[in-house]
Amino acid sequence: MGTTDIGWVGLAASTVLLVVGVGVSFWRGLGLERSIVWASLRAGVQLLAVGVALSLVLEPGRPAALALAWVVAMVLFAAITVRNRAPEVPHAFSIALGAQAAVATVSLTVIFGLGIFPFEARAIVPLAGMMIGNSMTSTIVAARRVVGELREKRSEVEARLALGHNWSMASRPYVREALRTAMIPQIESTKSVGLVFLPGAMTGLILAGVDPKTAVLVQLAIMYLVLGSVATSVTVVGIALTRKLFTSDHRLVALDRPRQ
Amino acid sequence: MFHGFAFEDVTFETNGVSVLRSVNVRIPAQGITVIAGPSGSGKSTLLRMGNRLEVPTSGRVLLDEVDTATVDPLALRRRCGMVFQHPVRFGGTTADNLRVAMPSASDDACRAVLGRVGLGDELLNRRADDLSGGEAQRMCIARTLLTEPEILLCDEATSALDVDARSAIEELVVSLAEAGTAVVWVTHNLQQAERLADRVVVMIDGEVAASEVAERCLADATFEDVSRRGDD
Repeated sequence: MGTTDIGWVGLAASTVLLVVGVGVSFWRGLGLERSIVWASLRAGVQLLAVGVALSLVLEPGRPAALALAWVVAMVLFAAITVRNRAPEVPHAFSIALGAQAAVATVSLTVIFGLGIFPFEARAIVPLAGMMIGNSMTSTIVAARRVVGELREKRSEVEARLALGHNWSMASRPYVREALRTAMIPQIESTKSVGLVFLPGAMTGLILAGVDPKTAVLVQLAIMYLVLGSVATSVTVVGIALTRKLFTSDHRLVALDRPRQ
Repeated sequence: MFHGFAFEDVTFETNGVSVLRSVNVRIPAQGITVIAGPSGSGKSTLLRMGNRLEVPTSGRVLLDEVDTATVDPLALRRRCGMVFQHPVRFGGTTADNLRVAMPSASDDACRAVLGRVGLGDELLNRRADDLSGGEAQRMCIARTLLTEPEILLCDEATSALDVDARSAIEELVVSLAEAGTAVVWVTHNLQQAERLADRVVVMIDGEVAASEVAERCLADATFEDVSRRGDD
């Protein structure tokens, strides 16, 4: 058995820590036992299904178009996830779809256009997954914060509109704050990388027996790309969503509170 | 040509609730017109239509006989400045707040407009958060005046202030009206309407109950009294 081939026995052994989690929940009366079991089972089924599908896509000789179709599906699912997790955000699906499509296009163009990684299915799918996955989280935070800021600061926004500001000027300080909030976690995690945690790609490569220096270079490239992807998605959300929250005659639309 | 606002058959509904019902009223761009009415009567909604922060569900709002739906809303808002119930303070100093209305305003222009609202030069560099409620509301009026509006729309502008601050602002709007800036003043207080109004529009349940020149005593009246008089 190689370093990275843990097999079914290894997988079963890792569930020991799940038992610990369930036990702690039961012992302290947290009521999370069912959630832990359900989340673990769901993750298992999802990843195994993805593994089977991925092995079909990544098989040598398969066309790159198949991997690109996979990326399109990821963009679509990311947009659906954003819509479900930010129900109070108007037009969440279409805005998230635009943001994720922009992320996929920009990041894959940079990655393969500049030759950072070779253009092959084995690189396309996992790299796009990392870019879209990370920017999806930022998209959710950005969309919710833009709506939240404009709702909470409605009186200030309307005072600016009443002074003759257009929608863009009237919303700028509040949207800027929302986008900062969405980007800061990624910036902080970039700052603390290596000191606090070893990121996933690097860990995976080291476990697979790759030289740590090579793993670090790959990880750094990925982190810079992720940061750029997050910035891209947050910018798209900031511009597109804010425009949708104002009418063509520069009035702020009614904004729902998030469901508790 | 009629100089001022004309509301023509204006209705407004939100979330299935009828806020304004077939409102027909004219408000001249001259002197002080008070829109008075109890809470929920639709008076603030009517005022907000004056600078297009709200738009009618049906009907038209005209200014100088031009439908406001057909003009540039940003130019309309500079023409019809708005002062809100609670003073809106942005971050920074009084000068920073004034420059939200006009970024190019010089210190002298800021001092001059503060003088118009009875605030001293020493407040120019004070943090807006450190101003009293009355000072902050006067700063808001000064900020609006920087855009040189023809009409000042005031939405319960003294209801959050103490008696002294309220009196100072009432004196200020009277002097502004005398100097040529028309004022439309919304209040739920008939005594205040009596003190300020050249003309009164009384709103009850989303309808204009009375619209008249304020020549009769309102101080001891109720909204229902004024409404009945309007039917005479």
